[in-house]
Amino acid sequence: MALSFEIPGDPIVIRAAALSKHFGSTEAVCGIDFSVRYRECFGLLGPNGAGKTTTVRMVHCFIPPTSGTLNVLGLDVLRQPRLIKARLGVCPQENNLDPDLNVWDNLRVFARYFDMTGRPAEQRCEELLHFIGLYQKRHAAIDELSGGMKRRLMMVRSLLNRPELLILDEPTTGLDPQARHQIWETIIRVKEQGTTVLLTTHYMDEAEHLCDKLLIMDRGRIIKEGTPRDLIAQNFSRHVVEISSADPSVIGVLRQAGLAFEISATHCYVSADDGVGTYRFLSDRFGEERCLLRMANLEDVFLKVTGRNLRD
Amino acid sequence: MVLNNLSWRFWRVWQRNFDVYKATWKVNFIPPLLEPVLYLFAFGIGLGGLVQNVSYMGRDVTYLAFIAPGLVAVAVMNHGFFETTYASFVRMYFQKTFDAILSTPLTLEDIIFGELVWGATKAFMAAVIMFVVLIGFGLISLPQGLWVLPLSFLAGMAFAGLGMCFTGFVKNIEMFNFPVFLFITPMFLLSGVFFPLQTLPGWAQVVARFFPLAYLVSALRGLLLGRLEISIVSDVLVLLVLAAASCYIGIVLMKKRLLR
Ligand SMILES: Nc1ncnc2c1ncn2[C@@H]1O[C@H](COP(=O)(O)OP(=O)(O)OP(=O)(O)O)[C@@H](O)[C@H]1O
Ligand SMILES: [Mg+2]
Repeated sequence: MALSFEIPGDPIVIRAAALSKHFGSTEAVCGIDFSVRYRECFGLLGPNGAGKTTTVRMVHCFIPPTSGTLNVLGLDVLRQPRLIKARLGVCPQENNLDPDLNVWDNLRVFARYFDMTGRPAEQRCEELLHFIGLYQKRHAAIDELSGGMKRRLMMVRSLLNRPELLILDEPTTGLDPQARHQIWETIIRVKEQGTTVLLTTHYMDEAEHLCDKLLIMDRGRIIKEGTPRDLIAQNFSRHVVEISSADPSVIGVLRQAGLAFEISATHCYVSADDGVGTYRFLSDRFGEERCLLRMANLEDVFLKVTGRNLRD
Repeated sequence: MVLNNLSWRFWRVWQRNFDVYKATWKVNFIPPLLEPVLYLFAFGIGLGGLVQNVSYMGRDVTYLAFIAPGLVAVAVMNHGFFETTYASFVRMYFQKTFDAILSTPLTLEDIIFGELVWGATKAFMAAVIMFVVLIGFGLISLPQGLWVLPLSFLAGMAFAGLGMCFTGFVKNIEMFNFPVFLFITPMFLLSGVFFPLQTLPGWAQVVARFFPLAYLVSALRGLLLGRLEISIVSDVLVLLVLAAASCYIGIVLMKKRLLR
């Protein structure tokens, strides 16, 4: 007998069907379908200009879709943006802290947009400032903060209203490892408290570390979808041997041995299920100092499916 | 459409601007205080020494008393228009303040209307400061002179609305020089602030009919010089219609600009 139990509300937090956004003749997003489940951390990956920010902006009702349907928290983005936005936290790609106000007032005034006022709002601001270690800086002007401090402030500003869905567009770009880990911890913590997270990032380790589900986009279309583990398993052998040379002689040897590999300007990447055996073979030929054995990772998958060329 | 998306939440934007104003109130307070004193000194006392009494509606008034209502009107126009052009543009374009607020329950209509009411508030505050100075000079007949204050707020909405219409489509902040040069400056000079409109040639009087400032000057002068006339009612009606229309169009243009 199958067990059945009630899930409170709709288990799908974001549901996009044939979602498109065009800017004039630019097709930023072309007919994508995806859904984000309750309490999931959902990652959007893709090269520059893939359409990640455009997608995320439609979700937080910042720009209207050109066509298709988009439901967030069970509500239509075109019909009930106000109700949706009251339950969201948004940390956009570019900081937009209020430079006319100091750190404290940035939080206090932002809380007021959500009708949080008085002592409870102040307590929430204090708690969050302590949490990110900016309480001592509460009287500082925004211009006096470092880039990492601004980003952390943006992050907690998006948590003021205890959102059900947190949207983070490249939350850790340009941060030092300490700040990055602090933001990761924050994300994991709010997730544990029941918040669903939609995240974009260019850091594959971040995606692997945080996300339950990933979607790789390119040129406005979805090209891969799945858990980080599945994506790696489906698209790559288990191991990679990196050879720090892209010499024709090296390539010749790899071809002759019938190995699967990719070439960049300076390296060859050999994929192998028997990593140890392949490594032994290659390091005998080219020397240990030029060979490196490692597990296949998300970056390999990303580069394989989106190509190694820069986007213009 | 615009009215559907508008709510009392616009007040949050007003509060945000007021908080910023309070934090630097000393700096914000001094220009509107010095401005009228300077104007009164230069035009009223300096120029007034050369100009004889002016005849206004069959009555002789001093030049200072004649231009005082006009100077209130000019302050209302300048402060209302400046706030929704240069100041709103900085918040929208450089500071991305509107973008940040858009990720909260406020709609763009709330934000723009909040900016408009704030612009009218700045105009109103300038009028209040001027009002107090004019009382000091004995240039206001009370209690009917008090009507100047609500009227300043209404006219403030009209000039803030006109400013927002320009903000809806200018490409960069320098482009505001055009409306200032082509619209604000001619109004300042030709709306009957410094001389009775009747002294202008007929065609110029027709042009002045298209100047919102002329209606405000005419209404304020009637109130301050104690001449209650039916024409004040029609002046107020014109300002009311203008305020409603310009605010509506301003919001529509800003929506077009920002929600693509
Ligand atoms: N407001 C806009 N007007 C015109 N074109 C736009 C606008 N916003 C985005 N685009 C275009 O849409 C495409 C997708 O942009 P988007 O910002 O969504 O990419 P992204 O995946 O977030 O890239 P990045 O990793 O660089 O942040 C790009 O070609 C971009 O030029
Ligand atoms: Mg982006």
